[in-house]
Amino acid sequence: MSSTIDHREPDTTAVRAGGGALGSVLRLRELPVLIALALLVLITYLNNPLFLSPQGVKDLLLNATIIMILAAGQTLLIITRNIDLSVGSMLGLVAFGTGSIFAAMPDLPIFAVLVVGMAFGALLGSINGLLVTVAKVPALVITLGTLYVFRGLNNAWAGGKQYFAGDRPEAFGALSVDTVLGFPIITLLAIAVVVAVAVYMAGTRPGRDLYAIGSDPDAATVFGIKVSKRVFLAFLANGALAGLAGVLYASRFNSVGATTGTGMELDVVAAAVVGGVAIFGGSGTVAGAALGALLLTTITSSLTALRVDKFWQQAIVGILILTAIIIDRLASLRTAKKLRISEARNV
Amino acid sequence: MMFNRKNTGLGGRMVPLVTLTAAAALALTGCAGGGGTQGETSAPVEEQKITFIPKQLNNPYTDVVLGGGKKGSEEAGFASSQVVGPLEASASSQVSFINAETQAGTNVIVIAANDPDAVCTALGEARSAGAKIVAFDSDANPDCRDVFISQVVAKEVALIQTKLIAEQIGGSGEIAILSATANATNQNEWIKFMEEDLNTNPAYKDIKLVAKVYGDDDDTKSFQEAQGLLQAHPNLKGIISPTTVGIAATARYLSTSAYKGKVALTGLGLPNEMRPFVKDGTVTEFALWDPAQLGYVAAFAGKALVEGKITGAAGDTFTAGELGDRTVEEGGLVIVGPPTVFNKDNIDQYDF
Repeated sequence: MSSTIDHREPDTTAVRAGGGALGSVLRLRELPVLIALALLVLITYLNNPLFLSPQGVKDLLLNATIIMILAAGQTLLIITRNIDLSVGSMLGLVAFGTGSIFAAMPDLPIFAVLVVGMAFGALLGSINGLLVTVAKVPALVITLGTLYVFRGLNNAWAGGKQYFAGDRPEAFGALSVDTVLGFPIITLLAIAVVVAVAVYMAGTRPGRDLYAIGSDPDAATVFGIKVSKRVFLAFLANGALAGLAGVLYASRFNSVGATTGTGMELDVVAAAVVGGVAIFGGSGTVAGAALGALLLTTITSSLTALRVDKFWQQAIVGILILTAIIIDRLASLRTAKKLRISEARNV
Repeated sequence: MMFNRKNTGLGGRMVPLVTLTAAAALALTGCAGGGGTQGETSAPVEEQKITFIPKQLNNPYTDVVLGGGKKGSEEAGFASSQVVGPLEASASSQVSFINAETQAGTNVIVIAANDPDAVCTALGEARSAGAKIVAFDSDANPDCRDVFISQVVAKEVALIQTKLIAEQIGGSGEIAILSATANATNQNEWIKFMEEDLNTNPAYKDIKLVAKVYGDDDDTKSFQEAQGLLQAHPNLKGIISPTTVGIAATARYLSTSAYKGKVALTGLGLPNEMRPFVKDGTVTEFALWDPAQLGYVAAFAGKALVEGKITGAAGDTFTAGELGDRTVEEGGLVIVGPPTVFNKDNIDQYDF
C-alpha cells in the first residue's frame, strides 16, 4: 500500500460512500463502452453478416472469456489502488499445471481440476499479497518482479515440454466447445464469476471497503478498515481467478507450455481501464471491466472481419483505447463538476 | 498527490532496471577478456568440444533438433557436447553465449541465428580463436560461418505445401496462408515460392490466394487469426500454415468449430502435436522434415570441419553417420533431405 497521504477528490469519495448518487455515476462510466461495443458490432455486421452467425457469436464470446475473468480479478486490485502485473505468468503456471495433472491423472473429475487450479492460483496470488502488504512496496514493483519469477518457474518446470489438447479428456475440451442457448459453457462460467464479484463489490461491507481503501488509504485506516487484510485478500482472490482462467485456457487452446500467457497482463489492465476502472483507484466496476474485455477482443475480431490490414490493427486498437479513456475521463470530469455544484448547494 | 505517487512508482521501477543493467554489464565485461588460442585445426575429434546454440531454449521443435545433435555428437565422437542459449529469441540475445564459448575454447559452435548480422562479430572472434562455425536451421551471414545446414531446399518445402492443398480442395477455390512473424526469413521465402507456384503452374489456375495473415508463432494469436480468416473469407476452402505453432492452433480452432471437415488445412507440423487432428479428420495430410536429422547432420559437419576434411567450399563431401554422404553446395549450403508427408496411415511411426 502506498503510505502517502492523499487528499484527491475528497468530496466525491464522501458522496460515493453515501451511495445515493452512486448508481447514476456508475451508469455513466459504463455507457460509452456499451455504445462503442454496440456500434462496433453493428457496423461490422452490416459489412459482414457472418460476424453474427452462430459460430461468429460463439467465437466473440470465447475470445473475451479468459480476459473477462482476469479483468474482474484485476479490478479488485486496481480499485484498491494496487495492480497485479503477474497475472499472465500465474495463468501460464496454472495452465501448464492443468496439462500436467491431466497427463498424470486423466480420470480426475474436471471439477477437482478447477478447484486445484484455483487453489494454485490463490497460492501464487497470496505471495503477491504478502509481499505487497508486509513489505509495503508498491504493487507495481512487486508484481513486476513476480511476473519474472513465476515465468522463470514455469520455464524451469516445463522446459520444452508442452501438453496438447489431445492429452486432455474430451469432456474437458468440450467445455469451450459446447454451448447452452448459444453461450459457450466457459463463457457462462465467466459471466457467473463477474456477477458474483460485482454483487460482492457493490453490496457487501468488505466490497465497499475496497473502494474506500482506493479512494484514500489513510482515511480508510483511520476509519478502522483493516487495509492490509483487505488488500491481501484482494490479491488472493485475483490469484484464484487467474487460476480459474489458467484452467479454462487449457480447455480452450491447443498447447500449454513454458510461454503460455506471456504478455497477457497488458490486455487485462487495458480491458479494466477501457471499462472505466480508474487506474488510481477508488472507482470503477467489475461489470465495466468485463465489458472493456469484451470491447477489446471484439475490436480485434471485427477489424479482421472487415479485412483491415493486420499492420493497421494494433494502431487502431491503440487509438480506440485512447478514445475510450478520453471519453471516460470527460464523463467523469463532468460528473465531478455536477457533484461539486450539488454539494455546494447542500452546504 | 497523484504526482507524488507516480514518483514512487518510477523510483521503484528503477531498482530492477539498475540490477538488470549491472548484470548485463558484468556478463559482457566477463566475456571481453576471452579469445584464447585453443582449438587447433585438424586435431582428432576425440579431443574436441562442440556446443549448440539454438534460437531459444524450451522450444519443442528445437528440442527435437538438439536431440538429433546430441546423438550425432556422440556418434561422431566429440569429447563433449553441450547446449547453451537464451530463453527468448531476440536478435542480440545469443551474443553473450557465443563470447562465453570462445572463452571456453569450444572447437565447434553450431548456431541457429536469431539475426544473421547481430551474431556476426562474435562469431568472427570465435573463428579467429580457432573455432569452426556451423549454422543450422536459420542461417547466419555467410561471411561469418563455415557451412549452413538447411532442412530442405526452400522451394521443395513450398511446392509440397501447394501440392497438398491443391489435392485437398480439389484443385479450385480460395485459400489463405497463416504464417509466423511477418519478417521471418524462412517463412517469407517459402511464401514467395508458393505464390510463384500458384501463379505459374497451370494446374493451380483455379486456386486463388486471398489472404496472408501472421500469428507470430503464438498459440492464442494464431488461433484468433484462423478465426478471422474464416469470418473475413466465407468462401475459403483451404489454409496453408507453414509453421508448427500456426498449423496446430488452426487445427484446434477448426476441430472445435462449425468449419471442421469443410475447410482443408495443411502446412508444416509436428506429428505429436497434429496426431489428434489427423485422427479426427480435421487434417488429412501435412509435411515436415525430420528435425532430429538437422542436428545430426550439423554434428557430423562440425566433425568434418575440425578434422580438416572439408572447408565449406562447394563440392566438399562428408559422411553424416547413418544418413550417408552429404555434399556442400554453392554458398556453403548442406541439404539434409526431402520433407516427409504425414497422414493417418504413417503418423504413428513418428515420435517428435
